[in-house]
Amino acid sequence: MRLALSAEDAQLQQELREFFTTKVPQEIRDAVRHGEELTKEQIVETQRVLNAGGYAVPNWPVEWGGRGWTPLQRHIWLDEMQTAGVPSPLPFNASMVGPVIATFGSQEQKERFLPATANLDIWWCQGFSEPDAGSDLASLRTTAVRDGDEWVVNGQKTWTTLGQYADWIFCLVRTNPDAPKKQQGISFVLFEMSTPGVTVRPIKLIDGGYEVNEVFFDNVRVPADQLVGEENRGWDYAKFLLGNERDGIGATGSTKLRLQVLKEHASASLADGSRPIDDPAVATRFASLENQLLSLELTALRVAAASKDGKPDPVSSILKLTGSQLQQAVSELAVDVAGADVLAAGAGDDSDVPAWAGDSVPTYLNLRKVSIYGGSNEVQRQIIAGTILGL
Amino acid sequence: MDFTYDTEQLALRDAVRGILGESVGNREKITATEPGWDREVWGKLAEMGLLGLPFDEAYDGAGATAVEVGIVAQEIGRVLAPEPFIDVVVGAGQLIADAGSEEQKRELLPKIAAGELIAVVAHTEPRAPHGTAAYGVTATSNGDGWTLDGVKEPVRHGGAADVLIVSAKDVDATRLFVVDATATGVSRTTYSTPDDSYAARIVLSGAAATPLGDAGEEALASAFVRLQTAYGAEAIGAMEVSVETTVGYLKTRKQFGVTLSKFQALTFRAADMYTSLELARSISTWATMSLAESGPDALVGSRLQAELGRTGRHISQESIQLHGGIGVTAEYSIGHYAARLTVLDRTLGNEAYHLARITDGVADRGIVELLH
Ligand SMILES: Cc1cc2nc3c(=O)[nH]c(=O)nc-3n(C[C@H](O)[C@H](O)[C@H](O)COP(=O)(O)OP(=O)(O)OC[C@H]3O[C@@H](n4cnc5c(N)ncnc54)[C@H](O)[C@@H]3O)c2cc1C
Repeated sequence: MRLALSAEDAQLQQELREFFTTKVPQEIRDAVRHGEELTKEQIVETQRVLNAGGYAVPNWPVEWGGRGWTPLQRHIWLDEMQTAGVPSPLPFNASMVGPVIATFGSQEQKERFLPATANLDIWWCQGFSEPDAGSDLASLRTTAVRDGDEWVVNGQKTWTTLGQYADWIFCLVRTNPDAPKKQQGISFVLFEMSTPGVTVRPIKLIDGGYEVNEVFFDNVRVPADQLVGEENRGWDYAKFLLGNERDGIGATGSTKLRLQVLKEHASASLADGSRPIDDPAVATRFASLENQLLSLELTALRVAAASKDGKPDPVSSILKLTGSQLQQAVSELAVDVAGADVLAAGAGDDSDVPAWAGDSVPTYLNLRKVSIYGGSNEVQRQIIAGTILGL
Repeated sequence: MDFTYDTEQLALRDAVRGILGESVGNREKITATEPGWDREVWGKLAEMGLLGLPFDEAYDGAGATAVEVGIVAQEIGRVLAPEPFIDVVVGAGQLIADAGSEEQKRELLPKIAAGELIAVVAHTEPRAPHGTAAYGVTATSNGDGWTLDGVKEPVRHGGAADVLIVSAKDVDATRLFVVDATATGVSRTTYSTPDDSYAARIVLSGAAATPLGDAGEEALASAFVRLQTAYGAEAIGAMEVSVETTVGYLKTRKQFGVTLSKFQALTFRAADMYTSLELARSISTWATMSLAESGPDALVGSRLQAELGRTGRHISQESIQLHGGIGVTAEYSIGHYAARLTVLDRTLGNEAYHLARITDGVADRGIVELLH
C-alpha cells in the first residue's frame, strides 16, 4: 500500500496543471469557476486547445489521439482539469460516440469521424431516450427500415442535450421489430442534424434555460454506411457507451471547485458584519460536505487504481450515486448561504445582490437533473443491489 | 381541542378554490409579464372580501383570524396562484393594522381591502442576514418630516406596489416608514424571481417618508410570525399537491412494462413524502391556531419554519426525482412547486437560521406542552 503518487504520475500531474492553467483562456476558466453558462464557442475553443495539447481524448486508442494512460492517470487528468475550471471535452464526443466508433466502427468511419470528433469539428448529440423509453431504454420505438443503400428513420427522441448546437446525432433505432427480446433488433446509426426530416424542438427547463430538446424524425434517409458495427447489435454498443458515460460522472473535481468558491462567498461579511461561515450550522455543513467529498474522491481513486483494461467497475455506480448527491448538496448549501437574496434571479449588473446568490436557486433546480440522467440514482442502486450485492 | 374546519371555514375554502381554480390555466401566460399576477382575479378576491379578511370591520375588513387567512393561503399554494395576497394583506396590511396610526389605518386599510392599493413590506437588503434590523437604508428627520436613503432589494412585488412599508435605521434603532412608491426619490428596477414572480431593487434617495405609527423591530417581528404562518400554510398547499401529483404519476407512468407504482423502492419513498406532508401539516396547523388564539410568538414561528424547511425540501426534491426527466421541465407543473417551496424556505430565514433560534436556550426549556 502506498499513498504517494509515483514519480511519473506526479510529473504528469505537474504538466497537466501547468497546461490547464496557462493554455486555456482565463476568461473561460473564470466563467466555469463562477458557474456561468458557457457559450458554444467557448466549449469548442477549449476542446481545440486541449486537443492540440493531446489532452482532449486521452481515453481513446493511441492511434486516434489516446494517451494509453492508466485509470489513475486519467483520474489525475480529470481532477486537474475540473479543479482548474477547464470545461471538460464535450462528453458526447469524447466519452460516448468517439470510443464507440474507435472500438466498433469501420476503418472508413474511424478516418472520417474520429479526428473531427476529437477536435469538435463535429458536435455530436445523443439520441437514445424517447418519451416512453427513459430508464427502460430498450423499449425504444424509433424505427429504421432498409431501402436500397439507405435507412429510413421515423420516430421521436427526447432530452437531447444541446441538440440545438449539434452537427450530428448518434441514435439508437429499431431495425428488427420482430426480434425475440427487445434488446435485440436495435442498431446504432449516425446522421447529420441537417438531414431533411429532422426537426428539433427546444424544451424549457425549470431554471428557465434551454439545454434539452425533442427531436423528430420524419422519413430521414441515412446512408447505409453510417450504421456503426453490425446491424441489430446496437444494444451492446449502447451498453459499452453508457459504461463510459458514467466514467467521471462523480464530478469530484468540479464539486471541489464549487465548494471552494462557495466557501469564499460564505466568508464575505454580510450587512451586519457577520459572516455566514461563522454560523456553526453553516460551518458544520461545509465540514461535512468536504469530508464526504474526501471519501468519494478516495473511492474514485480506489476504483481508478483497480479497474482493469478499461472495463467500468460496477463500483462506479457508487461514484454516480454519491457524486450526484454531493453536487446537489453543494448547490443546496449555496441557496442557504444566499438567503433572501435568492429572489434576485433575474437581476442585472446594477444589482447589489451578487450574481452567484441570484443564480443559486436556478442552479439548484437545474442540478436536480444529475440524479436523473446518465442512469438515474434508482437505476444505480439497482446495479449495486443486483450486480454487486447479488440481491 | 379541535383540528377540523367548521362549516363556514369549509365554505370559505371552497369559494377560494373556485375562484383560483378558474385562472389556473392562465398561470403561465400571466406570470410571463409584469406584474406577474392577474388584476381581474385580484378584483374578484376583493369582491369576496378576502383582501380585508384579517382587518377590523371598522376598516372594511372581515375581522377573521389566522385560521381563515391560512385557508386562503393554502388554496394559493395548491395552485401556485401568483396573486400577492400574503405579501399585501398579511405582510403590509396586518402590519399597518397592528402598528399604524389611526389615520394610517383609515387611509390605507379600506383601499387594500377594496383591491385598489398594493402595499408591500420593503425590508430585505442585499447580503443582509435575516432579522428585524435595517442596515442599508437610513432615515433622516428634517424638522417637519422624514426622508429615506439607501437600497432595498430584493423586494417581492416591489415593482407593482403603490405603497412601501420601509424599514430604515434612525441612529441606532430600526423604524418603519410609509413611502409612496411613485414619489420622487424612489426608483425601482423590476426583475424575475426563480419562482415565476417578480421582485424589485428599490433605490431611495431623499424619498419622503412618514413613520408607521411608532413601529420598530418589535412590530416587524410580529409581522414575520404572521407571514411565516401564512407562507407556511401556502407551503402546505404546495406540498399537498406535490405529493398528490407524484402519487398520480407513479400510478400512470409505465417503464419496463409496468407502472412505476410496481417498484417498492418508489412507493416507499412516496410513503415517506406523505409522512413529511402530514408532519408539516400538523406543525402548520398548530402555528396557525397558536397565532389565532395567543398572538405572534417568534419561537413558534421558528419551530414552524425549521420543520417546513426540512419537509418542504424533502418533498420538492423527491417529487422531481420520482418524475424523472419530465420533473425538471418548465412545461410540467411539479418543478414549479419545487421552485416555490425552495424560495419559501429562504423567505424569512431558512431552516438553519431557525434551528439556531430554537437552539438558543434549548437547555433551559422543557418539551412544548401542548395540552393545557
Ligand atoms: C437534463 C437532462 C438531459 C438529458 N440528456 C439526454 C441526452 O442528451 N440524450 C439522451 O438520450 N437522454 C438524455 N436524458 C434522458 C435521461 O437519460 C432520462 O431522463 C433517464 O433515463 C430517466 O428516464 P425518464 O426521464 O423517462 O424517467 P423514468 O424512467 O420515467 O423514471 C421516473 C422515476 O422512476 C424511477 N424508476 C424507473 N424505473 C425504475 C425501476 N425499475 N426501479 C426503481 N425506480 C425506477 C426513476 O429512477 C425515476 O426516479 C437527459 C435527461 C435530462 C433530465
